[in-house]
Amino acid sequence: MKRSVSDGIVISPIRNGTVIDHITPGEGLTVIRILGIQDGTNVTFTVATNVTSSRGGRKDMVKIENRELVKSEVDKIALIAPDAKISIIRDFKVVAKKPVEVPSDIVGVIKCPNPNCITNTREPAQSRFVVHPRGFRCQYCDTIISREMDIGDYI
Amino acid sequence: MDREEIDALLTAAAKFDQHEFTGHELDDKILAVLFFEPSTRTRMSFSSAMMRLGGKILNLGSVEASSIAKGETLSDTIRVISGYADAIVIRHPKEGAARLASEVASVPVINGGDGAGQHPSQTLLDLFTIRKSMRLENIDVGLQGDLRYGRTVHSLADALTKYNNIRLHTIAPEGLDLPNHMKQDLTDAGMEIIVHESIEETIPELDVLYVTRLQRERFPDPAAFANFAATYRITPELLERAKPSMIVLHPLPRVDEIDPAVDGLPCAKYFQQAHYGVPVRMAMLHEVMSP
Repeated sequence: MKRSVSDGIVISPIRNGTVIDHITPGEGLTVIRILGIQDGTNVTFTVATNVTSSRGGRKDMVKIENRELVKSEVDKIALIAPDAKISIIRDFKVVAKKPVEVPSDIVGVIKCPNPNCITNTREPAQSRFVVHPRGFRCQYCDTIISREMDIGDYI
Repeated sequence: MDREEIDALLTAAAKFDQHEFTGHELDDKILAVLFFEPSTRTRMSFSSAMMRLGGKILNLGSVEASSIAKGETLSDTIRVISGYADAIVIRHPKEGAARLASEVASVPVINGGDGAGQHPSQTLLDLFTIRKSMRLENIDVGLQGDLRYGRTVHSLADALTKYNNIRLHTIAPEGLDLPNHMKQDLTDAGMEIIVHESIEETIPELDVLYVTRLQRERFPDPAAFANFAATYRITPELLERAKPSMIVLHPLPRVDEIDPAVDGLPCAKYFQQAHYGVPVRMAMLHEVMSP
């Protein structure tokens, strides 16, 4: 059945691209930032923030046209929006749903906040973080990004 | 390293300490010594350990005269030197440098200290020194000095969590106590931490007092430093209240934090501790290079 504005649709469907739904409220713009979409972009995208969720409560939602997210991008989103649902859209149809799961070993995604970490030099070394009971721990210098810190600042 | 690996290495070090070796264990082996920061004890004791086992040393020399000064990355340097030596010991100002080196090297890499991070060979000789005097369980260990930036105390505290019923007492000026994340890690690992205002109230409880240097540059003004240096100085009078079996350790170099009059007391183990650097590093080198 075709849905209408009166059913609560606040973003129109896209023909091709990616829909990221059930983003933690307020993190929609962070998702846009960590996907590297910046001022002056020619990417067409839509952000809805604090919309009513069918599961109850509020959520953010992002739609990006003509771009299908790859695994490394999905991993980044998982760090700030662990409940997000990602759908790949082709010709208005959902052709794939990508699970959002924080990997236990996060390579090349998080920038270590320790300026003296070897990964913050010109060495050809990718950052490597592992999940720690209090957040994420750098495998090189043991610096912890705790859950109280905004991990979006380090992506 | 887990507890079993540490204990095995300390047991091997005890044999080297008792001269149970031929001096030919590492004949024809070459150790590359890459120190990107100044060091006296660590560099020389690794070199001494290698020579005592019959091996040879290849020194980086001064960083200024090397290809590093031309802008070569550590990764490239390590890859090249892997072809020159059978093992590499590295000290580097950046945290995680030794780990990166171990990932790109084709020979074993030993961490001789990286930035404010780890200093595992120092920790092993600290544990060895304690084990020479007492069992490594159910003891009270006091850490005094700069506990915020001192990598030796971080490594030691972490290693002590692997042993049973070690109570950690911290004695440090305001702002130089153990970092909160470190305290949390230690507590999560089951260690009891007791924070003290002064050494006087703590000294009768301790089995080990581990003293580190207060660095002048950490204090806002010379007067504040002089005040703390006097407050935190270990003297023979202070030690009269300690248990007779208590030992005093220090990773050295010492400045003013231990009165030289303490040196002759039976509890003063810090020079012996420095000497144990050789058998402990012999055990490490033997472990990674023996056939």
